[in-house]
Amino acid sequence: MTVNSLDVERIRKDFPVFSRELPDGRPLVYLDSGNSSQKPNQVIETMREHLALHYSNVGRAMHVLGAESTEAYEGARDKVAAFVGAPSRNEVIFTKNASEALNLIAYSFGNPANTDPRFTLGPGDEIVISEMEHHSNIVPWQLLAQRTGATLKWFGVTDDGRLDLAPGVITERTKIVSIAHQSNVLGTVNPVAELARMAHEAGALIALDASQSVPHHPVNVAEMGADFVAFTGHKMVGPSGIGVLWGRAELLEAMPPFLGGGEMIEAVWMDRATYAPVPHKFEAGTPPIVEAIGLGAAADYLTVVGMEAVEAHERELTAYALEALREVPTLRVIGPETLEGRGGTVSFTLEGIHPHDVGQILDDQFGVAVRVGHHCARPLHLRFGIPATTRASFYLYNTTGEIDALVRGLHHVQKVFA
Amino acid sequence: MIGESMYQELILEHYKHPQGRGLREPYDTEVHHVNPTCGDEITLRVKVGDAGKILDVSYDGQGCSISQAAASVLHELATGSTVEESLSVVEEFTRLMQGRGQVEADEEVLGDAVAFAGVAKFPARVKCALLSWMAYKDAVVRSAAQ
Repeated sequence: MTVNSLDVERIRKDFPVFSRELPDGRPLVYLDSGNSSQKPNQVIETMREHLALHYSNVGRAMHVLGAESTEAYEGARDKVAAFVGAPSRNEVIFTKNASEALNLIAYSFGNPANTDPRFTLGPGDEIVISEMEHHSNIVPWQLLAQRTGATLKWFGVTDDGRLDLAPGVITERTKIVSIAHQSNVLGTVNPVAELARMAHEAGALIALDASQSVPHHPVNVAEMGADFVAFTGHKMVGPSGIGVLWGRAELLEAMPPFLGGGEMIEAVWMDRATYAPVPHKFEAGTPPIVEAIGLGAAADYLTVVGMEAVEAHERELTAYALEALREVPTLRVIGPETLEGRGGTVSFTLEGIHPHDVGQILDDQFGVAVRVGHHCARPLHLRFGIPATTRASFYLYNTTGEIDALVRGLHHVQKVFA
Repeated sequence: MIGESMYQELILEHYKHPQGRGLREPYDTEVHHVNPTCGDEITLRVKVGDAGKILDVSYDGQGCSISQAAASVLHELATGSTVEESLSVVEEFTRLMQGRGQVEADEEVLGDAVAFAGVAKFPARVKCALLSWMAYKDAVVRSAAQ
């Protein structure tokens, strides 16, 4: 299959932020999309127009604006469902972010309100995560283990930043496996089909934190073999405040509500309630309406560009960056140094220079925006014996010229600290 | 070039050649302070002698150039002074750091620590400069309470 290549200069024109300068006339070099992405006009305008002309609450207002708002909100669900290949639109639940989606999954295990045997969890049962997870895919499971007495286990990470799929981590006592599709620090893309097979063979369910993969690769939730997939809008050229949980319908139907409130009910008496069918069972209260609609526009935007083209473009940038960074003395890449099984996120250390100093000088003098710190993955940094890294993360609007600017900046950083 | 005003030569010197680094005996109090947002940390010990004289400030830690250089400057300023004098320096340094770049530094009180004036313009980095100084204040107050 040939992939339409991506015209990055044309893409950049869609993003108003690239027409601005930073203070002192520095150009903006935005290499922090793994943290949050910039937004194209198509998303900004869709949200503006909805707020200006069509806004009302959804699902309950009996008037034209209510109907238009509901249609746009539910239309966004259709777009997102199609974007990730969900077999049914009802399997797409809008959440606040990926963290909420993961917490929602965790809440349904070991919960007295859920007697489905796939979700029972207690002492002796096991939860499996990995050492390369974002805190969002660690802490909810720690809390679940504390609530239920279940045991939290994890896959380690190899020196070159791969998941160490040692046998014996997943056992017949495992009830849930929750793993990042792509690491937000290492860039590693994990073998999710193999993990799904391992989990299912053990009788466990599997959730994927796809926050770093859905924005950057063609993702088909049905083909991946997972039971749950969580991701977030703001990393995929959509707004913040909107995330997505996809789950297999029969599981979502078996799960208890996470938050109670308006819109998630069927009928309410003073002492009890029955619940709306999925997805609304999990969408209590007035949702982030305009944010969901903005996410729909983001899915449209990425679909028009083509996710194969986005992936191929990022692959080129990553190859270029891995090569260029090799020339920087003492630079150590934390994560895979080859293109195989990795995405466009490159984290590194410079000997004797703290990442906060690297980030500050890159920003102040070169307008290069990177992320520095532990990137909400402290255990992974402890694994590598380092307090922090500098992370450059690429997206469809980045250029090789921007990677050159990063490398020039890093040479200057080394001069300052020489 | 805003950044160069923050990375003063004196700060870089202290970062590359930290003064008094390493934990030493004897000491009255040891404290451990961390900056949870960036992971910087410091372990700091003080030894107070007669008449409130600071006999030693020893420390070990990890972090950015600002946090590590601030600890080095603190060691130089506090060692040999008194509890009272050094706490007034801490107070002036804190005032400078929290002044968002609008506060005129009192060089007579601060000595080398005036080099950090540029840091005050970067709210995200103020806590880096203050980490060891807050640890020192904590240690001295605890020593006095013993």
